[in-house]
Amino acid sequence: MRPPLLDVDALIDDPETRVLVCCGSGGVGKTTTAAAIAVRAAERGRRTVVLTIDPARRLAQSLGLRELDNSPREVRTEGFEPKGELHAMMLDMRRTFDDMVLAHAGRDRAEAILANPFYQTISTSFSGTQEYMAMEKLGQLVADDEWDLIVVDTPPSRSALDFLDAPQRLSTVLDGRLIRMLSAPARAGGRGIRKIVGAGFGLFTKAVSTIVGGQLLQDASTFVQAFDSMFGGFRQRAQKTYELLRSPGTGFLVIAAAEPDALREASYFVERLSEERMPLIGLVANRTHPVLATLSATSADAAADGLERAGDAPLAAAVLRLHADRVAVADREKRLIARFTKAHPGVALVGVPALPTDVHDLDGLHEIGRRLAGE
Amino acid sequence: MASSATGWTQELTRARLHVVTGKGGTGKTTAAAALALALATGGRRVLLVEVEGRQGIAQLFDRAPLPYSEERIASAPGGGEVRALAVDPEAALLEYLDMFYNLGFAGRTLRKMGAIEFATTLAPGLRDVLLTGKVKECVRRTGPSGRHEYDAVVLDAPPTGRVVQFLDVTKAMADLAKVGPIKGQSDGVVKLLHSGDTAVHLVTLLEEMPVRETLDAVAELDGADLRPGVVLVNRVREPRLPARSVVAAAGGRVDASRVRAGLEAAGLDLDAETIDGLVEETVEHAIRVTMELGAKEKLAESDLPSLELPDLTDGVDLAALYELAELMVERGVR
Repeated sequence: MRPPLLDVDALIDDPETRVLVCCGSGGVGKTTTAAAIAVRAAERGRRTVVLTIDPARRLAQSLGLRELDNSPREVRTEGFEPKGELHAMMLDMRRTFDDMVLAHAGRDRAEAILANPFYQTISTSFSGTQEYMAMEKLGQLVADDEWDLIVVDTPPSRSALDFLDAPQRLSTVLDGRLIRMLSAPARAGGRGIRKIVGAGFGLFTKAVSTIVGGQLLQDASTFVQAFDSMFGGFRQRAQKTYELLRSPGTGFLVIAAAEPDALREASYFVERLSEERMPLIGLVANRTHPVLATLSATSADAAADGLERAGDAPLAAAVLRLHADRVAVADREKRLIARFTKAHPGVALVGVPALPTDVHDLDGLHEIGRRLAGE
Repeated sequence: MASSATGWTQELTRARLHVVTGKGGTGKTTAAAALALALATGGRRVLLVEVEGRQGIAQLFDRAPLPYSEERIASAPGGGEVRALAVDPEAALLEYLDMFYNLGFAGRTLRKMGAIEFATTLAPGLRDVLLTGKVKECVRRTGPSGRHEYDAVVLDAPPTGRVVQFLDVTKAMADLAKVGPIKGQSDGVVKLLHSGDTAVHLVTLLEEMPVRETLDAVAELDGADLRPGVVLVNRVREPRLPARSVVAAAGGRVDASRVRAGLEAAGLDLDAETIDGLVEETVEHAIRVTMELGAKEKLAESDLPSLELPDLTDGVDLAALYELAELMVERGVR
């Protein structure tokens, strides 16, 4: 069974394609793939921006991203003269969060929020903040309305799904009801819930406050009160971004290495996208090792055995052995990808042969772009 | 080739908590599971713990998701056994609170409301304190005879980027209450993690990024006064080319006519296209070998003992885990 081929050039040439979200589990080459697609789209004439989340230092440098400035910059390097334009940026989640607060709260209130110790925790170390802010930034880039194509990298989360769930999780936490009950259960008017929970709730409050300390709870409470008036705005915004992800100009590319874990995550993600009715474009099977010579592993090994017995032609014997290794790797990758295809027969797919070296310049990204397009 | 060094040291044999970390995608969980099997070999009892809610152990051992209890998942050669535990921070918090407050039914309701997630969000350090606290409890737990229940505990820890933050309980506690039961408990955790009973092993591949992250993590561990153990170099592949040909081949210089002559001598009459393909594969192989050598040299900077684990072309299944464990035992892991 052959899956439909994912035609990357047709995708990025289509003026209807406005947003491409690259997702997948950690370590599969998401950032590099996102950057390579953006490079290729720019080369093919589109005004493109790529939003990277946490690029490796040298990749960032190759895009001219020497510092976090949280807004797109045009990539200009000697020898890189795309027909269109390539802009790149790196997400600064703290700044994005600060900007959001400043945009929604009056000046005085914004200052109070920014100075709150609990805000500092939420805006830098809550596990969903990065995902939330990536979405917020994407929303801003779309609202700018100056890009033909926006390519988004997603945060290096443990699981590909975190990216869809994080905004909701953060919303839950920032929702004022719980924290008001915790900090001042008597006044919160949460009697309904307390009735269900009964006496345990008082104990829980006590326990939490014993553990995290009264001061922190107090900070959190102050924060949420200040935040409350903006909260509706936040929620609406998150909701809007969510809608955007479902709109016709948006598509998801799932990136996976040809490894069991990465493909399993890719499977979950594909299922989840379909549940959420979000447009899946296809799977990029990254860093594959296709065989470059038609010779079976058995023949190669047998011939190498013969040469080694005779003590002859060590170079040719080595060439045969490494070819047999490669056949084994390629077979395994094919098997794993076939298993994915069997579970998701309709999902378009493209394999991207691995480069033998790490990629950290525009030439490398250009080469990956060619491989993505099947050149 | 740089030596794969001394491997397992006497000091490591004395450790009772083996923390295994590594960059995502390096095979951290596989290495941790193989290490648990190796340590259990010869009749010992080992607990394998995961803390990230990934159910990676269950997947590796091809079983249903693990409940929050210590389940026997494998027997080791020579009568040993490995048990596994997936620590869930919510369950750990409830268990913990139950020790001091009788929450009962309310606990479950609070869980449904997301109150627990909320509490751990209030103080992100709390989550780590709870998880390491549970691990400590397992390491220190003794049976009726007064012997430790587990001869060793292997922790499949968060990846290198977060592991020091995870283990640096003292710092996490700075956010939390200065008194009370959790403070008392965390003091015990700090003592364990910084003692000779604990070693932090780092899993890496011979690739640029994982090696760099490994070296960064070693420096960070040193800085936090935590003890690095061995570097587990995973998925090591045999170099096929004679050492003297590698540099030339990596530079694209493969003598195609010599290859053709050799192939003919072996009775293979291949067309030009196939030979070009073989030469191209050879160049790619040589480039990779060169990069791996570079990665090895870079790793040697860490001055840590290392253990090499072979690449398993057929992927990791249960049989492969036993194979890796046996290799570890042969190389002195005990």
